[in-house]
Amino acid sequence: MQAETATSESAPAAASHVAGRDWRRLLGRWEVLLVGLLVVTAIAGQAISPEFLTADSFTTGSLDLSEIALMALPLAMVIVAAEIDLSVASVLALSSALMAYLWNHGQPVETVIPICLAAGALCGAFNGLLVTRLGLPSLAVTIGTLALFRGLAFVVIGDESVTDFPVTWTDRAFGNFAGTFVPNTIALFAVLAVAFAVLLHATPFGRSVFAIGANEEAAYFSGLRVKRIKLILFTLSGTIAALAGVVITLRNSTGAANVGQGFELTAVTAVLLGGVSIFGGRGTIAGVILALFLLGGIQKGILLSESISSYWIQIVTGALLVGSVLGPNVARRVADARRRLRPIQEEGP
Amino acid sequence: MKFPRQHALRVLLTALALVAALAFVACGETNDDSDDSSSAQSQEGAANPDAAIKKGIKTVSIPKQLGNPYEEFEHSGIDEALEELGGSNRINGPTDAGASTQIPIINAAVQQKVDAIIIAGNDPNAVAPALKQAAQRGVKVVGMDSDVAPDARSVFVNQVTTQLVGQNQVESIARQIDNKGEIAILSATANATNQNAWIKVMKEELKKPKYKDIKLVKVAYGDDDDQKSFQETQGLLQAYPNLKGIISPTTVGVAAAARYLSTSPQKGKIKLTGLGFPNQMRKFVKDGTVEEFQLWVPKDVGYLAGQAAAALVSGRITGKEGEKFEAGRLGEYTIGANGEIVLGPLTTFNKDNIDEFDF
Repeated sequence: MQAETATSESAPAAASHVAGRDWRRLLGRWEVLLVGLLVVTAIAGQAISPEFLTADSFTTGSLDLSEIALMALPLAMVIVAAEIDLSVASVLALSSALMAYLWNHGQPVETVIPICLAAGALCGAFNGLLVTRLGLPSLAVTIGTLALFRGLAFVVIGDESVTDFPVTWTDRAFGNFAGTFVPNTIALFAVLAVAFAVLLHATPFGRSVFAIGANEEAAYFSGLRVKRIKLILFTLSGTIAALAGVVITLRNSTGAANVGQGFELTAVTAVLLGGVSIFGGRGTIAGVILALFLLGGIQKGILLSESISSYWIQIVTGALLVGSVLGPNVARRVADARRRLRPIQEEGP
Repeated sequence: MKFPRQHALRVLLTALALVAALAFVACGETNDDSDDSSSAQSQEGAANPDAAIKKGIKTVSIPKQLGNPYEEFEHSGIDEALEELGGSNRINGPTDAGASTQIPIINAAVQQKVDAIIIAGNDPNAVAPALKQAAQRGVKVVGMDSDVAPDARSVFVNQVTTQLVGQNQVESIARQIDNKGEIAILSATANATNQNAWIKVMKEELKKPKYKDIKLVKVAYGDDDDQKSFQETQGLLQAYPNLKGIISPTTVGVAAAARYLSTSPQKGKIKLTGLGFPNQMRKFVKDGTVEEFQLWVPKDVGYLAGQAAAALVSGRITGKEGEKFEAGRLGEYTIGANGEIVLGPLTTFNKDNIDEFDF
């Protein structure tokens, strides 16, 4: 993934040959597999219920997945950098609880939202500092803060739920974008998705993230500020998770500490299913978006089915998570084995 | 540094993925909003008590969470009611009881064009927008067990009222001690809202002339903890040697009190009533520790909700106060204030009937 940027520059004569190889590469991409799976899901879903391929399904299905979709964007970058953030759903809950608390204490929504985002950024920075300054593994840190932030959410608001948010704001979160069937929350997601795609794929910062994920030591010795970049990624993840908390609070007009339980699992699944390598250094935002659509489609299909219990949503999500870690590994082993069988044919770099 | 082609490709791919996915969905949009107009009519029109029950009514009932035996028993009553009326019900709930986890299931039910949704709300307000949308599409909404926002449902089936719990529990203990002697209450926690409301009604009841010889000596709190409730029972017996009866309006408390009494010398002499599950209390009824205790029958709650849903769908009721409807084996019910339908007084369980109940 890293190497081919240089090769296309150095040999202009072989341009057509390289282009041909690019196409082959494109066909072999994970994203193409996801598109294929989406088509299969669409056909299967339509077979389950004639209601599957409708605007209605899209509106309600995507609305249900709004928060997970938002959280998956920065999470993809964190995982590309070979770290993980499992605390996102708890930050979401803390943000929701904080929103409820502040609204209850007479703060207008306009001031509540920035405070929640700042709190999310703090949570993220806390994760980031533990990982970068103390050198702790992010898996352990964020499992800890998963419990910690959720606990704080219950400290803030307890078992209560606050529901009297102003209708203008809840309508904004619940409604559709400018008369279309696309929910506002998904319009927000689309804007952020493009922003994150640019950040990851078209900026020096994004390239640093890939470099860190591929080989952290090499990245460090080539002068990248590894710790700072990771701190930024965790802070970003916390901030967007808090934004997701604001969204879910307004969308359901309910601020509570028990929202979004288990969302981190679905968000991680979306990222890995989207072709982001759990070992870092590899992945695209486009893949994550396709994976979100796939997850949404599967969920909707199960919900619309007359005979499948919603238990299966968890089972399928879990299976996809394992499958998307397993799949590329198996594929690589098969490819390695084939290369060893016919060693001379491939041209070296 | 030049803008690398590979990176431009990835950004492009992102945009493409978004557009393609949207377009993909858009072309599927064909069979929408076809039957919206027909559904509004029964909403506005007056109730017609003699309307025929609609054939093949399809409902979805949404418990707070799948896998809870109490709720499964409750929702089996909905199945029973719908089957009896020639319709069908499907139980589908979320796997955790979070505030918003029922929303996807509500939306899916609307898409499946069910006639009614029967829901025990995890959060009264989080589900309200989705339920209101359902109502706009002509789906009738029945709240059951734990209410949702009143403007998001037509009727709410309540298992019992605070007043009835207080009254019935006092009646039960008075019957057992012949309206005479000292009694105590073993509650859950000191700040449990429902417990305190019931206890308040009990105290009011005890002021009635017919209970003038009954004296409430103490309200103890077992915190809905088995061990604490057990110790509190022991404490009550030591502190009040003349104690004749205990009311424990919590399933944990009544079972713990029964367990203590069953091994004490006062077994059978000190009377115990409360709100308990037949399966938990069966052995204490059989061994003579407990004469009777009370609770609502969860299956009847569901059965009544199923009947109410069918009556709503068929236009027999609209949810206004004072409307009456026949609820099958349970007889006639009247809708109360705020669209509330109360199942009725508590069911009393004793050695004669306890084996009919399995929950």
